[in-house]
Amino acid sequence: MNNELKREIIFDNYKTPMNKGLISDDTYLKTNSNSESCIDNLDFMMKIENGIIKDIRFDGEACAISTSAASIMIKTFIGKSVKEVKKILENYKNMIDEKEYDKTCLGELNVYDDICKQPNRKNCALLPMQAVNKMLNEMDRS
Amino acid sequence: MNRDDFPMLNNNNIIYFDNGATTLKPKCVIDAVNNYYTNHTSNIHRGDYDAAIDTNKKYDEVRHLVSDFINCDPNSVIYTSGATMSLNMVVFGYMKKHLKTGDEVLLNKAEHASNILPWIHLQEEIGIVIKYVPLNDDYSLTLDNIKKMVTPKTRVISLAHISNVIGDIRDIESIGKFAHDNNILFNVDGAQSVPHIKIDFKNSNIDFLSFSSHKMCGPTGVGILVGKYELLEKMDPIFYGGGMNNFFEEDSSYELKSIPTRFEAGTPPIAEVIGLGEAIKYLKNIGMDNIHNYELKLRNYFLEKVKDIDNIIIYNKNANSGIIIFNIEGVFAQDTSLYLNHYKIAVRAGNHCSKMLKDEINIRNTVRVSFYFYNTYEEIDKLIEALKMSKDIFKVVL
Repeated sequence: MNNELKREIIFDNYKTPMNKGLISDDTYLKTNSNSESCIDNLDFMMKIENGIIKDIRFDGEACAISTSAASIMIKTFIGKSVKEVKKILENYKNMIDEKEYDKTCLGELNVYDDICKQPNRKNCALLPMQAVNKMLNEMDRS
Repeated sequence: MNRDDFPMLNNNNIIYFDNGATTLKPKCVIDAVNNYYTNHTSNIHRGDYDAAIDTNKKYDEVRHLVSDFINCDPNSVIYTSGATMSLNMVVFGYMKKHLKTGDEVLLNKAEHASNILPWIHLQEEIGIVIKYVPLNDDYSLTLDNIKKMVTPKTRVISLAHISNVIGDIRDIESIGKFAHDNNILFNVDGAQSVPHIKIDFKNSNIDFLSFSSHKMCGPTGVGILVGKYELLEKMDPIFYGGGMNNFFEEDSSYELKSIPTRFEAGTPPIAEVIGLGEAIKYLKNIGMDNIHNYELKLRNYFLEKVKDIDNIIIYNKNANSGIIIFNIEGVFAQDTSLYLNHYKIAVRAGNHCSKMLKDEINIRNTVRVSFYFYNTYEEIDKLIEALKMSKDIFKVVL
């Protein structure tokens, strides 16, 4: 993917993010994700039925990278099984941390494959995934 | 002014507009710190050899420099780790002991976390009542609004002399007089004012004043708490240990040293205190009025130039310090600061530790530019130029 296309995808998802805005529904898992190193602060909610991600929504204030990553993540995750999502989460984190990863499962999330060149933006790119991870962990514990 | 004194400006091609967070260090301060480590490293108070005697002299001398700088008694100058520690010492060393359930403390929503969170914790501990004085339409804080909140239970007015976000200079002379006349304690956070304007501890009727060295060209890790001597006599130390006691015995009897030493347990930041002394001499030599007047000129120059750019929202046009907060319309503050970093312009994005201010200005995050005397009109021109080109911001930051 060339840089121009990456920028376009990120920008589109920042300007018109998928599922931005929370709803009142107690059947969703909920969490807040904020960064200690920057000022991004997003709330997430996620609905899982029979092991399938049915919906994820988010709201809050964050930079272009965090907001777009939330949007692309939501597009990628909805309809997938929890197992598939966990695999994506693991590979995405490895990509951001410059470790070995399987790019074939990441789809559009590959737009962040060179975010490591801007170390202070790694956390921004990880923020939405951390929220989903947290909700899945809480679900597993209960 | 004085740019040649700052190695960081000479060694790096940067435009540093983040002086509200911390300031650059002049060579004389760096040299003083280096000199301590290179030529007379030793602990204070207990050494009879030449290096220790030299260190002791340099260390104690700084109390007199502070006293001369802000007009206070040198014996009431306490070295701390910074304004945050100083403010916590006031709240937990003095207020906790002398306030009681139901006593009212007046704060406002533009205050820094260091002047709100300790009070919230004290509220949990002993049941004081915190009241927030409303801000004016331009988010400034006035004596009139303070007066409206005062009741017979008001025991403390606690405020920043200059807000670290709005940048308004509060009229501490009038507020101090009012507090004094009404038997209310007056606690002042001077972190953003002592480095930038002349302040007079005694004549402003201040009871406690806190500030940090690193925001006034000095080293990090050291700050000052000044209190009225008679109040310090009734204040408890937060830390107990070496250097602050005369004796302690098996029967648990002990005696503390006199003020201010009893508040400085353990080995203090000696090099940093000595560096702070140099910073004070340096600022005094430039002149605080010169510094303030020059910062106002920079501010007005920026505000005049920024008028030509239609998508910049300035939130504190009326403030009279070197602090300006703004946003580019429709752009998250952090994206703006990352964009400006591309042009080597250092600014700060966020809520600037004033997390309640969003209730007043209806926006959570802003970009803050904070000037100091070494900034120039040419640097502002470069900032304006970058802001003018900001329609392409996402081509730069993405």
